[in-house]
Amino acid sequence: MNAISIHNLHKSFASNRAVDQVSLNIDRGELFGLIGPDGAGKTSLMRLIASLLLPDSGSVHVFGFDTRRDYRSIRKQLGYMPGRFSLYPDLTVEENLHFWATVFGTTIDRHYHLIEQIYKPLEPFKKRKAGQLSGGMKQKLALSCALIHSPSLLLLDEPTTGVDAVSRMEFWDMLQGLKGKDMTLLVSTPYMDEADLCDRIALMQQGKILSAGNPHHLRTQFIGRLWEVKTPQIHPLKQRLNAHFGREVAHLFGQCLHWTSQADMSIDKVEQVLEQFHIPIDSLREIEPGIEDCFIQIARS
Amino acid sequence: MEKDIIRVRNLTKKFGDFVANDQLTFEVKKGEIFGFLGANGAGKTTAIRMLCGLSKPTSGEMEVAGFDAYTQTESIKKNIGYMSQKFSLYDDLTIWENIRFFGGIYGLSRSAIRDRSKEMLTRLGIVNLSNRLIRDIPPGWKQKIAFSVAILHKPQIVFLDEPTGGVDPVTRRQFWDLIYEAIDQGITVFVTTHYMDEAEYCHRLSMMVNGRIVALDSPEALKQRFGSISMNDVFVQLARTGEKSS
Repeated sequence: MNAISIHNLHKSFASNRAVDQVSLNIDRGELFGLIGPDGAGKTSLMRLIASLLLPDSGSVHVFGFDTRRDYRSIRKQLGYMPGRFSLYPDLTVEENLHFWATVFGTTIDRHYHLIEQIYKPLEPFKKRKAGQLSGGMKQKLALSCALIHSPSLLLLDEPTTGVDAVSRMEFWDMLQGLKGKDMTLLVSTPYMDEADLCDRIALMQQGKILSAGNPHHLRTQFIGRLWEVKTPQIHPLKQRLNAHFGREVAHLFGQCLHWTSQADMSIDKVEQVLEQFHIPIDSLREIEPGIEDCFIQIARS
Repeated sequence: MEKDIIRVRNLTKKFGDFVANDQLTFEVKKGEIFGFLGANGAGKTTAIRMLCGLSKPTSGEMEVAGFDAYTQTESIKKNIGYMSQKFSLYDDLTIWENIRFFGGIYGLSRSAIRDRSKEMLTRLGIVNLSNRLIRDIPPGWKQKIAFSVAILHKPQIVFLDEPTGGVDPVTRRQFWDLIYEAIDQGITVFVTTHYMDEAEYCHRLSMMVNGRIVALDSPEALKQRFGSISMNDVFVQLARTGEKSS
């Protein structure tokens, strides 16, 4: 049985189609990533799965339960960490954790093993009010509270937004640690580079799922050949390439240019095209597309 | 000769016993894109607040756009632009109302506001959207408009605090095109970001760890020094050294 099955789901707010004809299945035990920019509909989709919003049409089933009818059964098995910090700032660390355990009819001790790794760095601060914690610690506390009743499905809405590169890596390490503990994880993120840390992903934009599958599979769907070009004159080269082909074939990736050519273009032909611009080229090689390359291609087509 | 837009010497900010910024020393040159990097809690926001004239240093020297950190904070505010992901434009005002509001705050005349906003809306290709409420504008577009509004008064320097957080990959790149256009107009750009590919678009980068600047150079030089192929790797190496020492 799927952990989540979504069929032809629609949700609008006034004229804004937040979730537009989404169908998706997520297996038990998967670490699934919803990847897309702000406004793509990630939060709305998550709230529909959490039974906090009702569909306009279509359906969401969580462990076989319908989110309209059987929301009580679903919520017992659900851990949800919203994007905005939503614990009680004027309760202490320990009081927050105790509160969430009690709400779900359990105790901190019963499932302590689940949160031990995450909660340990917080123990010295357990008498501190949650509102006075640093960003990283708030995040650890929120995750602990979402886990304390041992949910079967954990929904994490943009846990790494605005978080620096090192802390983001640490957070994903924590998630990898939770996998395999009979838990399904659904994580949303605007950072494309986090896609490779998921078993499967869905790329979202404007309420729609553009593509879904495992990250490797998505890469094989990339159309054309991708060339990485290094040059001291990166902006002029980008403009010349885009003008030459009459569309955006080249994008900046740090100090490299990623240029998508047609699948049948040979490296000799590629070199010929570059030569005619009379721009010095430091290096040229064919590369595997990343998820960001894929997203740009699909979002533009 | 190159002029410095920001000059900082031993700049220190304490909150009680806590040293948020510890003896910062650096310059930002006129016309450059200066990347200001650091982990969460490293002290970036504290430094930016001082550089924008919103808080006074505990000790040290600071000049922004030629004005002094202790005695001329009002002049600093008038000569800079600022935008962040969290605060940019008012959601319940239209694009045009936002322009008029911010133009007015920065002391532009009615005719200057009219001329410059027309030029800006034309350049962005959104003249027909000027009466649309900001809340109805897609997030990526909002950031582009916010940036254009932040430089409407032609400041000497603009501070961008995580301007592209959550923005889609295509719009993120278009945003950087706008940054380069601003550079061409002679505006200096001071930017923070968590996207390490964007760090590579800066002319020079500083890296802050535990309230101190631990590295400052061009992206290429930093990568060479740390034997890294990516800025992400440089960032991780530097931030990790800070964890050990704290």
